[in-house]
Formats: sequence, structure tokens, C-alpha cells
Amino acid sequence: MVLATSIPGSSNNGYVAAAYIVFFAIVLIYVAIMALRLTRVERDLRDLNERAETTGGAAPNETHGAHEAHNLPRERERV
Amino acid sequence: MSSRTSPPKHGRGLRPLSIATIAAIPIALVLVFFYAPIEVEEGFLQKIFYLHVPLAIVTLCGFVIGGLLAIVHLRTRDRSWDLRSYVAIHMSLIFGVGTLITGSIWARGSWGHWWVWSEPTLVSFLIIMLLYATYQPLRFAIEDPERQARYASVFAIVAGAFVPMNFLAVRLSSSYLHPRVLGSSSNLPPKMAFTFLISLVAMSLLFATLCSYELTAKRTRMLLKARSRTLGFR
Repeated sequence: MVLATSIPGSSNNGYVAAAYIVFFAIVLIYVAIMALRLTRVERDLRDLNERAETTGGAAPNETHGAHEAHNLPRERERV
Repeated sequence: MSSRTSPPKHGRGLRPLSIATIAAIPIALVLVFFYAPIEVEEGFLQKIFYLHVPLAIVTLCGFVIGGLLAIVHLRTRDRSWDLRSYVAIHMSLIFGVGTLITGSIWARGSWGHWWVWSEPTLVSFLIIMLLYATYQPLRFAIEDPERQARYASVFAIVAGAFVPMNFLAVRLSSSYLHPRVLGSSSNLPPKMAFTFLISLVAMSLLFATLCSYELTAKRTRMLLKARSRTLGFR
């Protein structure tokens, strides 16, 4: 591979910028979607806690619920 | 056959992984734009190489990893491995779209065409992407979760085996129009090779971090649904 001593004709700079912008845009869109989904989960969790408190049930517990979530082989939900 | 399960690990190692990714990406960018020398033929356009090639490598490795995780799922019947396999393939598809777009931009700048159908590397990558594009429709067309996980795993294994075979077939083909990066024909100067390596590490870290986020989010949602069902709310 031959290296240049100075930057050759820079008419292609736009392509480089476009490639990097597209990549970071994809990552940003993905992160934004993830953030939206996590906000929804947070809201559901808050709602669940409130309902558990009003009905006198136990609040969602990580250790207990973790096993429940994974012990539902017939559960019809999309991963 | 009953399904065995293992207790989930929610977001373990997510923070150090995220910090490593956030540190690695700017370092890679600085190296790409301020350290790596300019190549004489392509000039500044060659900088796309440090983005496009690591993206392609991570995408293909993600598909293979998805297949390996599917093997573990079929051996153990533990659905958490199917979830991991699904997330690896899902993320690889997103990275694959990035690979196709950045590759097209590079092709346009370098060859004057957005797509070259006679180039085996491009077409073989497109075939892999089209193959994996059927993964999610296949998966979600099956209602029964046990069958869904099993069929998806079989698909992931077969398709995962196709990826290295496809890569080798292209390597052995006669056309060498597409630039070769790895292997005996590689002639990258040390500065370029170092920058490429750091870019590859940064891309791999980004892939691992996003996979980890996705896994944690999915497990949390499953946990929440299960808990609310237990409490009789849904």
C-alpha cells in the first residue's frame, strides 16, 4: 500500500462524512428506541408497585420475580 | 421435553462495558482521522475502511456467535441461551444494515457505483443479510414458545454455518477486486494496521454493549410481565 505525503484531491470528503454520519445515526436511533422502551418498562413497574401497594400485595421483587419470569415455558410472549 | 432455566443475571458488567465502549469509540476516531496515514490512491475516502470493515467483521462474527449460542440452547434446553442467540442475530442485522450502507457509500466514492453486482464480496454479504432477514419472520410466525425457540435455534445453526463457508468461497474465488484486509495478502502499514485493530476493538465493544443492553431490557420486561401476572393484575 502506498501512502500519500499530503491529502490528495479531497472531492470525496463528503462520502467519508456521509458514511460516519449514517453509522452514528443508526446507533443513535437504536439507543433512542431502547430508551423509549425502558421508559415504558419503568412506567409499568411504577404502575405495578402502586397497584401492589393499594391491593396489599407484595411489591415486585427481583429475586422472586426472576425465577418466575424464567419458569414460564408456555408463556406466549415475544422475546 | 421440559425446558430448564437458569436464574438471569440482570445487567451484570453492563457499566464497565459501556464505559469501555464510550472510551474506545473516540480513541478509534482520533486514530482514524489524526494518526492513520492517508492512502495515495483513494486518499481521504479510504477512512471509510476503518468503519466499514470492522462493521462487516463484527456482523459476520455476530451471526456465527448466534449459531453457537443456539447450539448451547439445543444442548441444554435453557431458553436464556435462545434469548442470547436471538439478541446476537438481531444486533448483527442492525450492524449488517450499517455495513451495506457504508459499503455502498464507499463503492460510490471509489468505483462510481452504489452497487457492483459482479463483485462477489458484496453479493455474498447481501445473500447472508437476505438469509438472516427471514429469521425474525420465521421466529415470530411460531406461536408456541418452545417450538419457536427450537426452530429459531436450528435456523441460527444452519445459517451460522453458512457464514464462514460463504466467506471461504468468496476468498477462494478468482476475483480480487474487493480490497483484502486479513490474510497473507494484507499489506497494511503498521500505523494503519494499528488503527484498524483499535477500530475493530471499538466496534466489538459497541456490539457487546448493545447486546447486553438489549438482553437486560428484554429480561426486565419478561420479569415485569411475569410478576404482574403472579399478582393477578393482567
